[in-house]
Amino acid sequence: MSESIKRRSATKMVPAPSHGIIPERDLLSTPVLEARHLGIEFGGLKAVEDFNLIIGKTEIAGLIGPNGAGKTTVFNLLTKVYQPTMGTIMVNGRDTAGMNTVQANKLGIARTFQNIRLFDNMTVEDNVRIGLHNQIRYGMFTGILRMPGYWKQERQQHLKALELLSLFDMQDVANVRAGSLPYGAQRRLEIVRALATNPSLLLLDEPAAGMNPHETEELMNNIIKIRDQFQIAILLIEHDMNLVMGICEGICVLNYGKIIAKGTAEEVQNNPVVIEAYLGKKKEG
Amino acid sequence: MKMKKKTLSNLITYAIVILAFVLCQWLIASGRMTRSLKGQMVPICVYVVMAVSLNLVVGISGELSLGHAGFMSVGAFAGVIASAWMAGAFAMENELLRLLLAMVVGGVVAGVAGVLIGIPVLRLRGDYLAIVTLAFGEIIRNVLNCLYFSLEGSRLHVSFNNPNLPGTILVNGPNGAKDVAKIATFPVGFALILFTLFVVLNLINSRSGRAIMASRDNRIAAEAMGINVTKYKMMAFVTSAVLAGMAGALYGLNFSTITAAKFKFDTSILVLVFVVLGGIGNIRGSIIAAALLTVLPELLRAFNDYRMLIYAIVLILVMLATNNPTIRGLFTRLVPQKHSGTEIVEAKGGAEE
Repeated sequence: MSESIKRRSATKMVPAPSHGIIPERDLLSTPVLEARHLGIEFGGLKAVEDFNLIIGKTEIAGLIGPNGAGKTTVFNLLTKVYQPTMGTIMVNGRDTAGMNTVQANKLGIARTFQNIRLFDNMTVEDNVRIGLHNQIRYGMFTGILRMPGYWKQERQQHLKALELLSLFDMQDVANVRAGSLPYGAQRRLEIVRALATNPSLLLLDEPAAGMNPHETEELMNNIIKIRDQFQIAILLIEHDMNLVMGICEGICVLNYGKIIAKGTAEEVQNNPVVIEAYLGKKKEG
Repeated sequence: MKMKKKTLSNLITYAIVILAFVLCQWLIASGRMTRSLKGQMVPICVYVVMAVSLNLVVGISGELSLGHAGFMSVGAFAGVIASAWMAGAFAMENELLRLLLAMVVGGVVAGVAGVLIGIPVLRLRGDYLAIVTLAFGEIIRNVLNCLYFSLEGSRLHVSFNNPNLPGTILVNGPNGAKDVAKIATFPVGFALILFTLFVVLNLINSRSGRAIMASRDNRIAAEAMGINVTKYKMMAFVTSAVLAGMAGALYGLNFSTITAAKFKFDTSILVLVFVVLGGIGNIRGSIIAAALLTVLPELLRAFNDYRMLIYAIVLILVMLATNNPTIRGLFTRLVPQKHSGTEIVEAKGGAEE
């Protein structure tokens, strides 16, 4: 399956380095995400316009911009919560036109939410098991009749969930109600849950929000660890510049729904347009 | 650890039901039960099944359905007709077999109704869903009021708004079914409760059940995790309709006459009251509330006229009490293992291990 996708898109894909943040690691491989001329209008208001982004395998990219720039809207477009009114989104070489959120997830996009959206009344482990939902296949009747497939797959799912939770040392709180976890742990659980869906692209919406510098440091190490261990690409929205500049290999700056700069941390930091967007224009004279 | 706790809780629920059954059987056998109370045994079983199945929709899948009596009536009439047809066409003498088959037919027909109603209804959310289920409950009742069934030899005749059918009339429009063979028995009702518990509890503790609860807790997150929310809402809705249909068939075959008017909006609300009083999402609570509130009016016959009034007052009091921090705090102290306070203790315990 993945082989055929690769081959097909390898012949079709025209390398367009100008759209990528950083030079493709491997120009022959299909990028995990390829958004072209992406845009959405809400009744005439262009929330996002002409958004172009290519993310290669195992890249960590950052999406920054002032408040209201359209960052979360981009996430909602990529995960098909909103249907774009313009442009295309290719995930692993497959066009996502007409797909819904569920199908986009099955293609390999997983996300966390800016305002945490856990399944509060379920245990931590069950939250992760929801992430594993589509990797375990037994039907309603197998579940009700408790056939052998049920026991076997439930066992596998249990072990897999604990293994994923151990990434963040959370296996000890597996039986705790998710809603009663402290804030930072809830953010980490959201990442674990998203990882459980076996994505090729992980979208993190402000993962460090509300964390202290020590926790942010730990989070940075964990993000890199996840990338290395799962070999996935990560796109993150973040206001904490230490985190963004520290781990993102490429950064994309958004303002008023338009990309105003792209490049490495250093390039973006020294870009006058970016400085203007964040700090305003220097008064003439 | 968690599996054990859940399994234990489920076993307690089964144990309560089995003990209650044994107790009732003993009371009946030793002649200590009054005649009128004996007559309530099958309705109790029916309402317990109704409450548990409605709890699957209201508590587990988180959608307020106000048309549950509609599925019950579909099951009741399908069961009554199936039973009469089996007796007439195949001369089936075995009443137990006929009852069981009639319940299966009732469940299947109500399940089909559940799918048909679920398709439009589950596109809606919240209050709108509740209103539309209410409307469908009434539509079912009004349609049943216009349906005429008759049996001619082994042939079943159906007509809409036309009472002139050949053979013996089984269902006579608004007058309902008359001279129904009363073949429902308490042990079968008990078996139906066990079956319902088996289906609902096993469903909740499975992959599908988790998906249903995830869709309830956070629809957007569930979709982002690749869960087809509509599919799982439908699964809960139809399972609930099937169980209500089976309960309806049992109910229909417990009385000599049955009319569509018995399954009014009041009945849906009555079952909802059982669910709310027993605790939304709490299966064991639904069983206890349904059993107690079905028996109570029988025990307090003198106050029967005020039953609905008392229900309303009790319902309001329960709602006030559950939202009152002082009373909740009191319950937390009384029953420490059931409330959120424990989870923190658990978390600490887990971290120490």
